[in-house]
Amino acid sequence: MSNFFDKSDLSRKDADKIVSDTLQNCDDGELYLEDTKSESILLDDNKIKSSSYSSDLGFGFRAITGEVVAYSHSNEISKDSLKKSSENLKSTLKSMKGTYNHDISRSNKKFYEDINPLEQKTLNSKLEVLNKVNEYLRKKDNTVKQVTTSFAGEQKSIEIIRSGGEVLTDVRPLIRFNVSVMLEKNGRKETGVYGIGGRQSYDEYLKNDNWKTVCEEAFRIASVNLESKPAPAGEMKVVLGPGWPAILIHEAIGHGLEGDFNRKKTSAFHDLMGQKVASEGVTIVDDGTIDNRRGSLTIDDEGTPTEKTVLIENGILKNFMQDRLNARLMNTKSTGSGRRENYRHVVLPRMRNTMMLSGNQTQEEMIKSVDKGIFAVSFGGGQVDITSGKFVFNCTEAYEINNGKIGSPIKGATLIGDGPSILKEVSMVGNDMMLDPGIGTCGKAGQGVPVGVAQPSILIDKMTVGGTKL
Amino acid sequence: MVKDQEYLRSKASYCLDLAKKLGATGSSVTVGHSISETVNFRNNTLDESNRSDGLAISIETYLGKKRSSISSSNLLDDNIKTLIEKCFETTKNTPEDEFNSLPDKELLAKEIKNLNLYDETHFDNEKKIEYLKELESVASSEEKIVNTESSFTENKSNFILANSDGFCNGYKSSSFSASCVTVARDENSMERDYEFTSKRHLSDIKGAKELGEKASEQTIRKLSPNKIGSEKISIIFDKRIAKGMPGAFAGAISSNAIARGTSFLKDKINEQIFSETINVIDKPDMIKGVGSQFFDSEGVKSDTLNLIQNGILKNYLVDTYNGKKLNLKSNGRCGGTTNLYFDNGKISFEDLLKTNSKHIYVTETIGHGSNLVTGDYSVGATGFLIENGEFKFPVNEITIAGNFKDMFKNITLASDLDFEYSVNSPTMMIEGMTVAGK
Repeated sequence: MSNFFDKSDLSRKDADKIVSDTLQNCDDGELYLEDTKSESILLDDNKIKSSSYSSDLGFGFRAITGEVVAYSHSNEISKDSLKKSSENLKSTLKSMKGTYNHDISRSNKKFYEDINPLEQKTLNSKLEVLNKVNEYLRKKDNTVKQVTTSFAGEQKSIEIIRSGGEVLTDVRPLIRFNVSVMLEKNGRKETGVYGIGGRQSYDEYLKNDNWKTVCEEAFRIASVNLESKPAPAGEMKVVLGPGWPAILIHEAIGHGLEGDFNRKKTSAFHDLMGQKVASEGVTIVDDGTIDNRRGSLTIDDEGTPTEKTVLIENGILKNFMQDRLNARLMNTKSTGSGRRENYRHVVLPRMRNTMMLSGNQTQEEMIKSVDKGIFAVSFGGGQVDITSGKFVFNCTEAYEINNGKIGSPIKGATLIGDGPSILKEVSMVGNDMMLDPGIGTCGKAGQGVPVGVAQPSILIDKMTVGGTKL
Repeated sequence: MVKDQEYLRSKASYCLDLAKKLGATGSSVTVGHSISETVNFRNNTLDESNRSDGLAISIETYLGKKRSSISSSNLLDDNIKTLIEKCFETTKNTPEDEFNSLPDKELLAKEIKNLNLYDETHFDNEKKIEYLKELESVASSEEKIVNTESSFTENKSNFILANSDGFCNGYKSSSFSASCVTVARDENSMERDYEFTSKRHLSDIKGAKELGEKASEQTIRKLSPNKIGSEKISIIFDKRIAKGMPGAFAGAISSNAIARGTSFLKDKINEQIFSETINVIDKPDMIKGVGSQFFDSEGVKSDTLNLIQNGILKNYLVDTYNGKKLNLKSNGRCGGTTNLYFDNGKISFEDLLKTNSKHIYVTETIGHGSNLVTGDYSVGATGFLIENGEFKFPVNEITIAGNFKDMFKNITLASDLDFEYSVNSPTMMIEGMTVAGK
């Protein structure tokens, strides 16, 4: 645990006093202190291309009254700097008066250990793994022309000081191991990327030579793409594989169910609470409580313990994801979804691990039922326009389906759909729910936060596939 | 106030001295400070104020051909000392890479021209509020506008870049930006659009009224969109989307992608990759330019580069490391392009709309559908159907797809270039792309 006060002229007592004094006429707010140590080691083009370490320390001071948020942050933790921030907050809210809400729930549950993954593995042993990956892939096949592999790790310690001296803390480890391979055959080049990660030590993810599995998967995706044909263009049936393709749920549904967009009535879902937004059998949750998952949090960035929030139950819209501000303004409770990238950013309601739960059909049945369509197994990124509800995502591994059979692989194509109606087009839900491998980062308002997704195989009756073949 | 050069210099030389004392054979350091103040409005009332005060330092140490780096936001001397020790320790344990080196001394920037990148005017929060009040009252005046969000940000920054070969330089810069996002609604749909302005000097930004009017107008015209059928059709990219094309091109000619062999433009120097009418320029020394710089992030002087001349690829974007690998000299593009633009075409905007009987005019794309290894491109799009030069109706939930290799050869540019951003293009027409819709 970080001690934010031992090298500063600011004592904990001073901080308490400034916080309570600043927030006395506000509805909510807190001082958020953060200490992050992170590293990145990258092997590329047969060499260790970079080995970097970063240490970032700072605070973000927030005061909220009514709908108005005043925020000030600095990386200088000192009495002077905190006072300056305090004056800045007071000046923004000077004409307003609120009543501080001291209520914040508490829990003893923890979803990951207080470890520092950076120190649990020596630099040399990290370099050794990266070199093994490079050699393994280059020996594997003479089509391998480029290998990039990396470790990224961080330990983020946070402390939240609320008015009245209440203190909440969390230590969050996070690692990621990534392999990207480029193949070249007959003048054609294709890449395959795969990664794993979560909130445990590097070695936890690397045991049983698991790095080989990651290499194999990256190689497999690239090999499939070397044989790919132009993708079809137009509306057709789409079967999504289990696991990572759930970023469709994240983009199409998840963002539209975040509290801020619904309070502001800019989400296509804002007036659909309690209504049917998905086919029967579709249940979607956002869960921050799964042990060691990339999107899990013991407490959110406002100090609220996370929970498993049911968003859609059997097709009916049940809940939005809330931080404290939007919950207060919408007369409901925080769902522990208040997150920020780091102390430089304000809190927003965000997703954690967004999952569609299993149904009882098989992937085989789905494919068999499709005359003409595509089977999408893996995706790159996605994006949504919250207001119109339109969302896209890019296939990185997909196949044609012809007459109930999987055909040739097709080139990366964008799929586009409409958030509020897409889940009504889900006609089969598989029994094979799978978590993603721990690689997702979600962007919103310029802030990236780690997230997870999960889903079973699903069949969507109608979606537009953005290929080039008419 | 943003920290002065003297303070940043003293931190930088403390680092260089320390690295030398520890035994580093070379080192470089960047120290920067930036202060920004933002005010956000929503539906004609104050929504958020945000003040940000950030120091940052990054240090690279070399031991012969070994290199590693650290960065931190904590500039206390004892923290820096611990970090440099850690950095050098890591350097010792990192394998050699023959291409690692500080930039060649003769390429370093010697002088700094005054490009007028800093405006010391302070536009305090009360004034930002006045601007946003006017903006939002204009933006929300139409009945169909149901939500407005706007923002004003003022930023001042200063930095120093120093290395153990004696380079030590830096300068102040400023930016003033305002944006407005509006949501419109009718019986069929809800749509969002925006308008944005960002300049080095306060007096150059767009007026509040203009910004609000444009955002509102652009949003309302998107209401009640149709989906269209799938077909091959010529696409016209609005300027704000067209600028993505030089951006993707720049990614494909970065020396990093070229050296790694992961670009569809590898080994294409002196080859025709665009149609003959196309010229692409990267100009670092524009007065008040949003992307202007005197030297790149390694201290190498950046001169104007003609990247594409009459359709022919003339230069890659080269930094020191990849330059050594490719046997090319750095052209001061570590960190990418500066003010990058497609030069004007010969046809007016109005005439461009009339070149074909039917076009899709794209005003927004979503998704990350550019593959720079293969050149494949596929993104979601919204825009308008144009027939005989006239805007007919809004279109959404379509995708547009092609391959950059073909797209680049089928570009026609209008003559309406301006320099709003750091990457700019005139309105752009590309023929032969596929639209997927119904």
